[in-house]
Amino acid sequence: MKTVAEFKIQYRQILSPGGELVAPLPAFASDHAEVLRMYRAMTLVRVFDTKSVNLQRTGQLGTYPSSLGHEAAHVGIGAAMRPEDILAPVYREIGTQLWRGVTMAEILTYWGGDESGNDFAVPRQDFAWCVPIATQTLHAAGAAMAFKVRNEPRCALAYIGDGGTSEGAFYEALNLAGARALPVVFVIVNNGWAISVPVAAQTAAQTLAQKAIAAGIPGVQVDGNDVFAVREVVGEALENARRGAGPALIEALTYRLSDHTTADDASRYRCAQEVKDAWQLEPLLRLREYLSRARVWDADQERAWLEECALKVDAAVAEYAARPKPSTDAMFDHLFASLPGHLHEQRLTARKYGAKSSGH
Amino acid sequence: MVEAIALAHGWEMQHDSNVVVIGQDVGANGGVFRATAGLQERFGKDRVQDTPLAEATIAGMSVGMATHGLKPVAEIQFMGFIYPALDQIVNHMSRMRNRTRGRLSCPVVIRTPHGGGIHAPEHHSESTETMLCHIPGIRVVCPSSPARAYGLLLASIRDPDPVMFLEPVRLYRAVRQEVSDDGRALPLDVCFTLREGSDVTLVTWGAMTVETLRAVAELDKRGISAEVIDLATLSPIDIETILESVAKTGRLVIVHEAARNVGVGAEIAALVAEHGLYDLQAPVRRVTGYDTVVPLFKLEHDYMPGVQRIIDAVELTFAD
Repeated sequence: MKTVAEFKIQYRQILSPGGELVAPLPAFASDHAEVLRMYRAMTLVRVFDTKSVNLQRTGQLGTYPSSLGHEAAHVGIGAAMRPEDILAPVYREIGTQLWRGVTMAEILTYWGGDESGNDFAVPRQDFAWCVPIATQTLHAAGAAMAFKVRNEPRCALAYIGDGGTSEGAFYEALNLAGARALPVVFVIVNNGWAISVPVAAQTAAQTLAQKAIAAGIPGVQVDGNDVFAVREVVGEALENARRGAGPALIEALTYRLSDHTTADDASRYRCAQEVKDAWQLEPLLRLREYLSRARVWDADQERAWLEECALKVDAAVAEYAARPKPSTDAMFDHLFASLPGHLHEQRLTARKYGAKSSGH
Repeated sequence: MVEAIALAHGWEMQHDSNVVVIGQDVGANGGVFRATAGLQERFGKDRVQDTPLAEATIAGMSVGMATHGLKPVAEIQFMGFIYPALDQIVNHMSRMRNRTRGRLSCPVVIRTPHGGGIHAPEHHSESTETMLCHIPGIRVVCPSSPARAYGLLLASIRDPDPVMFLEPVRLYRAVRQEVSDDGRALPLDVCFTLREGSDVTLVTWGAMTVETLRAVAELDKRGISAEVIDLATLSPIDIETILESVAKTGRLVIVHEAARNVGVGAEIAALVAEHGLYDLQAPVRRVTGYDTVVPLFKLEHDYMPGVQRIIDAVELTFAD
């Protein structure tokens, strides 16, 4: 027998959990101002996320999926993308979205039960949150096909979770993207858990990055709690895709420090020690350590920034709270470019009963 | 109601070792609504299995298991996520008996939450039963109380053919009732008359039975005696019970949460037009969700039929 093909999966880490460099510093990270920008973004995400969970707990928000622990993956990817690229998120990646210009008030509006939160002022061409698992990977491939056909030097980036890699649509997207060398990057945020199901129960595969192999595209694993590594790996993949070298699959290893959503109780199926251990590896810790060693960040700056974050979040919450309940017309107005006849009648019915219905 | 569903699972698994439960998060987590709570502890990981996150897997694997001796009771976590499973349901599960001329069959139950009203996120509030009712070869069942959930789920598991079992999420915790865990099934393919009346027939199912009964209490005060029928099995429809009622009352109002267009209500209205037109003293009325996307929760109660819309529709049948 002879070997006809061989594959290997590489793992990239630049910043250790202790905040030490374990690989050469990427070019973008030689600029402390840029690193601080990422750190501030990651901190803001955490403050906002904590507030969002509290809003849900106090009945001011619907079910909300926390992104606690995912800040490096999300912000690193946001920073790696160009504004003209497009994002196909799942529903947890607020760090990327905020970096790209989505506002906290928009995020709250969506999770507060109002579709107008999807109508981002910026970025206009990004996809909205995608609740049906894995379906967004094909949208990203389709958008990449559009960029290719129209000869636009842009990329699409699709997120997916570890659980989502069990869905057929994910493999179909990888396959198509590989076969057509599409300018798309798929990022699996492997946070260990799909609600209550651990990765080992989803697949016998040693890594999720190796799912790329069957599609004939590069697959790489990265420390998803290391914002330097995430930004560098994703940035390289995007630039390759942009110059026509085709897609890539990146597995970012992180941990879901929160429940799946506010509707979930992870203590039913996950041991406390595992979560405790994961806190040692969380992304803010190591970057803060790195920055303080570089003497560009200290406790006073941290305190001042956290206060500023709280003010920004409070302002966003106030903006969200001030948005009126949508009118019943909102159900109809965006259903078609022009509303078919029978729906005019239903719109009137909804107005009539909508006005009466408060509290029924 | 959710406890009644867990009880029915437990009873049948205890008494039929071929019954297995599969789905996402049905094991240690006991289901996201707790409908399978405690089952994995009690019956082990072989009989209560978390599947990978893949609905086509759940439905397709159920076909394989059911054709070869097991009775899978599968959970699709939300009705909005059932679509990847439809290929297997439409093209295989529903046709297995017919296309093998009875050599193979598919005694599968697919349970899924149905409808809205609990402030859930997007794609978690759909009621698309009409899609399923259009598929020949499967039954579609929708209970409206804990006792009916218990009895109809037992009947569905025992049925030799595939059953789609739609569980109204709004009733999971809102409706409480003592259910005796005695293993007694309720019949499939028949309606349940929840309340007798002489002036108008209201046909409904799922969470809308609660709204309808509220409306009927109000109609009583206005001197209108309404008969309320819980359709329960949405396909096939027990039209005889409905026709008998309409023959008595002369009026028919159908209430469903799903959108009106090509809804199950349209089929009931057509059957009554075909077989009971001359019993009707007024046109049939439908009170339904609008033909829009189910809105996020800020507007979901504006989308779903409420008491006032039902009352007004009934009164219209007297104005005609």
